[in-house]
Amino acid sequence: MAKMNFKLPGIIKGLSVTFRTMMQPTVTVQYPHEKEEVAPRTRGVIALKEENCTACMLCSRSCPDWCIYIEGHKTKAPPRREGGKERSVNILDRFDIDYGLCMYCGICVEVCPFDALFWSPEFEYSEFRIANLLHDKDKLGEWMETVPEVEPLESGAVQPKAKK
Amino acid sequence: MSSLIFAVDIGWGATTAIKTAIVLAIIPAGALILGYVFLLKMMSHMQSRLGPMDSGGFHGWFQLVGDGMKFLQKEDIMPEAADKRVFAMAPIVVLMSTFAVYVVIPVGPELYVRNLDVGIFYALAVSSLSVIGVLMAGWASSSKFALLGALRAAAQLIAYELPLLLAVVGVVMQAGTASMNGIVQAQVDGEIFGFGGIGLPFILTQFVGFALFMVASQAELTQPPFDMPVAESELVGGHMVEYTGFRFLFFFMGEFGTAFAFAAIAATLFLGGWTLPGLDMDAEYMKVVGPIVLFTKVMLIAFLMFWARFTYPRFREDQLQKLAWKFLIPLSVVNILVTGAFMVWV
Amino acid sequence: MADTPIIDIDPQTMSLLADSQMNLELDNGDMILNMGPQHPATHGTLRLVVRLDGERVLSADPIIGYMHRGYEKLTEYRTYPQITTLINRIDWLSSFANEVPFIHGAEKLMDVQAPDRAEYIRTILTELSRISTFLLFLGEMGLQVGAITPAFYGFRDREYVLNLIESATGGRFHPNFNRIGGLKDDLPWGWTGECKRVLDICAKSCDDFDRLVVGNEIFQQRTRGVGIITPEVGLSYGVSGSNIRASGVDWDLRRDGAPYLSYKDVDFKVWTHPDGDSFARYWVRLQETRESINIVRQLLDKMPSGPVMAKVPRIIKVPEGEVWVETENPLGQMGYYVVSKGSTGPFRTKIRTASFSNVSICPWLLQGIYVPDVVTVLASLYFILGDIDR
Repeated sequence: MAKMNFKLPGIIKGLSVTFRTMMQPTVTVQYPHEKEEVAPRTRGVIALKEENCTACMLCSRSCPDWCIYIEGHKTKAPPRREGGKERSVNILDRFDIDYGLCMYCGICVEVCPFDALFWSPEFEYSEFRIANLLHDKDKLGEWMETVPEVEPLESGAVQPKAKK
Repeated sequence: MSSLIFAVDIGWGATTAIKTAIVLAIIPAGALILGYVFLLKMMSHMQSRLGPMDSGGFHGWFQLVGDGMKFLQKEDIMPEAADKRVFAMAPIVVLMSTFAVYVVIPVGPELYVRNLDVGIFYALAVSSLSVIGVLMAGWASSSKFALLGALRAAAQLIAYELPLLLAVVGVVMQAGTASMNGIVQAQVDGEIFGFGGIGLPFILTQFVGFALFMVASQAELTQPPFDMPVAESELVGGHMVEYTGFRFLFFFMGEFGTAFAFAAIAATLFLGGWTLPGLDMDAEYMKVVGPIVLFTKVMLIAFLMFWARFTYPRFREDQLQKLAWKFLIPLSVVNILVTGAFMVWV
Repeated sequence: MADTPIIDIDPQTMSLLADSQMNLELDNGDMILNMGPQHPATHGTLRLVVRLDGERVLSADPIIGYMHRGYEKLTEYRTYPQITTLINRIDWLSSFANEVPFIHGAEKLMDVQAPDRAEYIRTILTELSRISTFLLFLGEMGLQVGAITPAFYGFRDREYVLNLIESATGGRFHPNFNRIGGLKDDLPWGWTGECKRVLDICAKSCDDFDRLVVGNEIFQQRTRGVGIITPEVGLSYGVSGSNIRASGVDWDLRRDGAPYLSYKDVDFKVWTHPDGDSFARYWVRLQETRESINIVRQLLDKMPSGPVMAKVPRIIKVPEGEVWVETENPLGQMGYYVVSKGSTGPFRTKIRTASFSNVSICPWLLQGIYVPDVVTVLASLYFILGDIDR
């Protein structure tokens, strides 16, 4: 057993650490009275821009949890020019994301070829009933307002090309 | 004492009733204040967090009172194989030993319950009755964890009684009396190399005794670094593991009440009790200022105790026992010898 | 104690005995104690069936599998991007480091090399996850030994690192940032400055742990000489990472294994300790945290410019082949053996995790020590149940 007398520096230095921490301000953020700023890239909730979606089902197929439910139907739209052929377009009937299953991985946002899905840092959407965690088309459209602007990248990165 | 508050003589019965009521009120109040300031707020700030903020509105002062009320309304559960009477008596024994310590602590010029001639000896002897309570709790719980914890606790508490007592012997030798009031008086009347302005708080000459007393009282209260009996990450509560509701509240109050009592004893023995160097001891206003001074000193000593509690890891029991028997007791005996030598030749 | 005859009971019977009654007394006065699956000391659902003679452990058998999630089966039916999401959750404290060997394996099979900037950012994020998981270890080992404050410091300083990872990848615990061929995105503006600020905070936190825990004589008494792993026995059980470096074996896959990520471009020291006890394991991890801070600083200064994604087809089909990739994860050596038959997902993946081998040494290691020391030794081995059970 190591000899112990009471003025060994090891024990006293430890006391100084706790004393110093006591004198400094605390780091607690008193949620819900105060809220912290989250990073813009935080994966909080997925927002849907309905006009871009063509019900191609790529996101639904690539979801690891199969939490996206899509239903759509084809219909005929008027031709672009007089006398031309009628175009067939996909109309989106139902687009639900079940946030009780969602893993927040982001594969759906990435694979979407038409840029219809966006990440938003909004995270305060807890519900009292699990069934209410199924967000339908309109609610997903509402989240579009919270999607942040595309932020600039760090120096040295290849800056994204400007969108046409 | 009877002429303290009233100018008339109110007789023995009423005086005793008032004294009992005050002591019964001080213990939960002292436990609450110590618990809130040190356990909830100081510990939180040492850990970079805020602690309770919402209950009671202002910085969560109501938290412990709410906890107490929560404990009181819980169901009274006893293990099926437990020895019912012993199980019920154990927390009461622990709490009673705490109450009995407050009898001798002087709070002001004539503010004490009894001025015993063997004051400090009585206080330490009575506080060691809690060992019996712990053993009763561990055995009657009929649980292996509880028994292991109780045996560890009993071994630890008995081992650290000796340094506690021997540390105090130096103070008694210097004061010339074992009565607590006498010790306070000796500190006021003492002189430091002929300079009598601030008296002689015994911490100056008995610093070794003070350190020993703090370490031993930390062990008596089973607080880290000596909390192996209630090691939370292993035995989850030790001898108190089967206790819930108001019985657990008794244990909790006993622990913090004893902390308050030991801090008060340390303040009286080493820091001068309810006196302050500049103030006249016999003045009338000391009857109000005295308790406030003692309370401040108790807070200081409790700060040291809880500071060590939150910083250090815990000893294993064999290391704990080695520390007590092979180091603290010889050191305290040496302290007594040195004190005696100084008193004879200096 | 040496006279007590030790009756050998095999682990199966032992666990059945322990199932029948929580604490059981055998005829010769021994006691069978069931630590877990719910216990404050074992990190997660590990069950340790311990036979005690008073306070001394006669035998200890770890029983794992309470958290088995079937990862290797899951990978047979998922595509590569989906698997990248799932394997984050194997060792959930340092989740970025779990993705790296798998993605490297897939890139090797496809013969694709991620650009330099992507490798640098991958290395930085791996080292940041190493810092965050070690800060947590430094705090919670203090908690297991009895000091309550270091745990809070560990969590508090880890928050800064997690917020940094979140600002780059979008997720605190599960970044899901690697893609075959590079990374999902580049770093946001201002990240480098923020990273340097966080590294200063972490360096100061390491000094705090040095003063509060390592220098504390009580901690040293509790951990020195407790749970000594000799190098030969450790290597024979497959113990890896900081545990084996604390026994004096100078082996680090970042320097000694097949080169991966950007470790060839930085100077770093591999820390070892000759003792092999719990204190050595704590000390080695503390020094490695400081070394990781050093590595990240060097990488931030040397960061090249350029793209973060190589040219890969949109739908990724990995050609046929088999590959084995191993890396130095915070918990030890982690490896993936990927068998591909040319489709969008692997045919079979074998995941070799560090904690599985680290825990297998428990029966040998825990013999003959006291019950409080069991907690110290388990804390110093630092296993994560998700890593053991997958």
